[in-house]
Amino acid sequence: MSERASRRRTRRSPFRRAALIGAALAVMGGLSAIASPTISQASPLPTEVSSGQQLFTKNCASCHGLNGEGVKVNGTVIGPNIQEAGAAAVSFQMSSGRMPMAGQQKQSRRTTNTFSAEEIKAVAEYIGGMGTGPGIPTDSQYSTSGLTAEQIAKGGELFRTNCSACHNYAGKGGALSDGNYAPPLTGTGVTNQEIWEAVRTGPQNMPVFSPTQLSDEDVSTVIAYLSEVNSSSDSGGYSLGGIGPVTEGAAAWIIGIGGLVGFALWIASRGARAR
Amino acid sequence: MAKPTTVSPESAALDVSTPAGKKPLAGLGGPAGWLDDRVGLAKLGKHNLRKVFPDHWSFLLGEIALYSFIILLLTGVFLTIWFKPSMAEVQYMGTYQLLRWQPMSEAYASTLTISFDVRGGLLVRQIHHWAAMLFIAAATVHMLRIFFTGAFRKPREINWLIGIGLMSMALIEGFAGYSLPDDLLSGTGLRFVDGLIRSIPIIGTWAEFLVFGGEFPGTIIVARLYMVHILLVPGLLLALIGAHLALVVYHKHTQYPGPGRTEKNVVGYPLFPVYMAKAGGFFFIVFGVTVLMGTFLSINPVWKFGPYTPNQITAGSQPDWYMGFVEGAIRIFPPIEWHLGHTTWSWQIFLPGVGMLGLLFGALAAYPFIEAWITGDKSEHHLLDRPRNAPTRTAFGVAGVTWYAMFWIAGGNDILANTFGGSLNDITYAMRVAVWVAPVLAFIITRRVCMSLQRNDQERVLHGAESGVIVRTPDGGYYEDHMPIPVDEAFTLTQHPEHPALEPTPAADENGIPMPARVTKRRAAVRDWFFRANLAKPTADEVAEAHSHGGGAHEVEASDEQKAVSQH
Repeated sequence: MSERASRRRTRRSPFRRAALIGAALAVMGGLSAIASPTISQASPLPTEVSSGQQLFTKNCASCHGLNGEGVKVNGTVIGPNIQEAGAAAVSFQMSSGRMPMAGQQKQSRRTTNTFSAEEIKAVAEYIGGMGTGPGIPTDSQYSTSGLTAEQIAKGGELFRTNCSACHNYAGKGGALSDGNYAPPLTGTGVTNQEIWEAVRTGPQNMPVFSPTQLSDEDVSTVIAYLSEVNSSSDSGGYSLGGIGPVTEGAAAWIIGIGGLVGFALWIASRGARAR
Repeated sequence: MAKPTTVSPESAALDVSTPAGKKPLAGLGGPAGWLDDRVGLAKLGKHNLRKVFPDHWSFLLGEIALYSFIILLLTGVFLTIWFKPSMAEVQYMGTYQLLRWQPMSEAYASTLTISFDVRGGLLVRQIHHWAAMLFIAAATVHMLRIFFTGAFRKPREINWLIGIGLMSMALIEGFAGYSLPDDLLSGTGLRFVDGLIRSIPIIGTWAEFLVFGGEFPGTIIVARLYMVHILLVPGLLLALIGAHLALVVYHKHTQYPGPGRTEKNVVGYPLFPVYMAKAGGFFFIVFGVTVLMGTFLSINPVWKFGPYTPNQITAGSQPDWYMGFVEGAIRIFPPIEWHLGHTTWSWQIFLPGVGMLGLLFGALAAYPFIEAWITGDKSEHHLLDRPRNAPTRTAFGVAGVTWYAMFWIAGGNDILANTFGGSLNDITYAMRVAVWVAPVLAFIITRRVCMSLQRNDQERVLHGAESGVIVRTPDGGYYEDHMPIPVDEAFTLTQHPEHPALEPTPAADENGIPMPARVTKRRAAVRDWFFRANLAKPTADEVAEAHSHGGGAHEVEASDEQKAVSQH
């Protein structure tokens, strides 16, 4: 009895040790998470590149390697090589909160970005300097000002040709295979700059559209179309999510048939009634 | 030279003569009397206006379908005034800025015109579309009511078949309408049907060329579908609805069982004035609900989809709900393809697509005859079954609904994956299993539930209804007092016929002479299985015994419980 108990104790001890280590790591991680922003703000940075390098080492290198060469553990890619990714890719991933990832996921999700614009720019330029990937666009590259109505309508045509297959006809997003998805292009947080960067760098499952396929002006017209089609009030009433006939069918059954059956019950219970 | 005609001053033609007989409306004078003189309005009215209909909310489901159809005719006529069924390419120069200068078909351009430039056009378009969704949905729930109450039994099998015909016509009608605007979604739906047609082995390609007048999309399909949508199928629908209603009048309406209701009468109120008021009012309610939905809920926003071009597609391309089960079947069907010699036999579209449509409508059409064969029931039925008293049929129905629903869910697998953050593939694999397992589970569970409900009926008949009063006995036991139920309710709960098991006809009689097999062994076994979940009704003796125990059955139950308590 006592022997079995002691064996159980010895068998249990490695878990206990692992739990202790985990708890310690959590405490330290929590402390560093609280402490790190103060450190980066406190110390004045000499140049953008070196501060970008520091930020990269601190936030990204554990998965992407100290020089962005990527990390493999037992043949599994923990983080890909991003030396050729370009500044635009870094800017997109960080400003949308997709990077740094909280943990290994099938597809990194949009979260709240905790970095300042300067910090993102610094990391982006540090990575951008490593290769030949697209750089952070200037305002004029994705600006929608000055576009004519005809150009915006053409942007709609481009959107339906190149984007709606995954992102839905009004950019509400859609499912891809195996739990991946094309995110919505509308709603809070999605900036015009991000759309431009995604088009040029092809994050996650998205293909890259080079300037020979879609010029900067084309991308601007697509952006303008998207904001127009979603900002103009729904002419037909409440859009039911704007994801097509599935929700329309649900409304027909629940509101339409449900409501009318309710009325039928009411009529049959009123007035002259055969018992 | 022709003789001049002579007119006799006393010609009979100048006399006013009317056939002898009573003129009930003569007193009314005016239009009613005028019509009565010419078409016998009073006689017609007497015969039809006083026709008695039974009263139940579930008898109004078919009316929803009928009224939706009337709304469809009214709004449809409005839409035909502006819609141009042409695939000729035009440049849109209308009001909607985001499609201006775009090349598109005249059909799509005119749909945009109806939506943005015709006064009330978008509202009518949306009412039309919602009414179409409600039309088929109401027809579906109406069909389910007929099924679950056994109203399809003799003599109404033909009307059931007409109903199935109506349903299939409604699907074609809805689909044709969905395809007319020539927007990106409707074009995608057409492409889907193009695939279905092509998937028919051997003749597929020829059939496609026949329908589309060449390769997809061609230039004539919209014009052809327009003819189908506004003339051919509505005509067939109208004719079938006429026959459907005429048969209802001829057979008289079925009624739920109850005291005073027999197979030979109809208990209810006359058409005029009671049901004219109720039905007329209900028409306006259906119209009102449809108009409200058209006003506040956007449906098929074609201007956002853009014009159809075969090289474009949008995520979340689905058909309207009534074609969703075919969509689902095709989405989850595994890729099965034969390669025989140098030929390819592709089954992954044909079997789930054409096969599902055939299977659903075939099974629905065949069911009344299958059940009649199983039960061997050749008598007329004007009293409805309570679904619990036909447990196997009810279980079949729920299993069928479940089966259909699983394909429905599969048809929206991408929307589900995206909305609830799951994996499209996982949903697909799960649904491949669910379409087999879920109906079986539904069948078993439904039959058990029906049996429990029958037991509950028995309980009420024998022991009465729970009074809600808990009584404590002097020795500390507790029981709930039961009150006898009204005789009318007891009648309703016990009026249904019983179906004793049949003995298979022996091969030979007692003299060794072979006998014709009137009841084969297989028939006896199938019938026994079909009625196995029908519990025997309490006999008159059992009821009398249960009621005679000291003035109430509750005493029996109470003393049982007291025994149980005292044993502990």
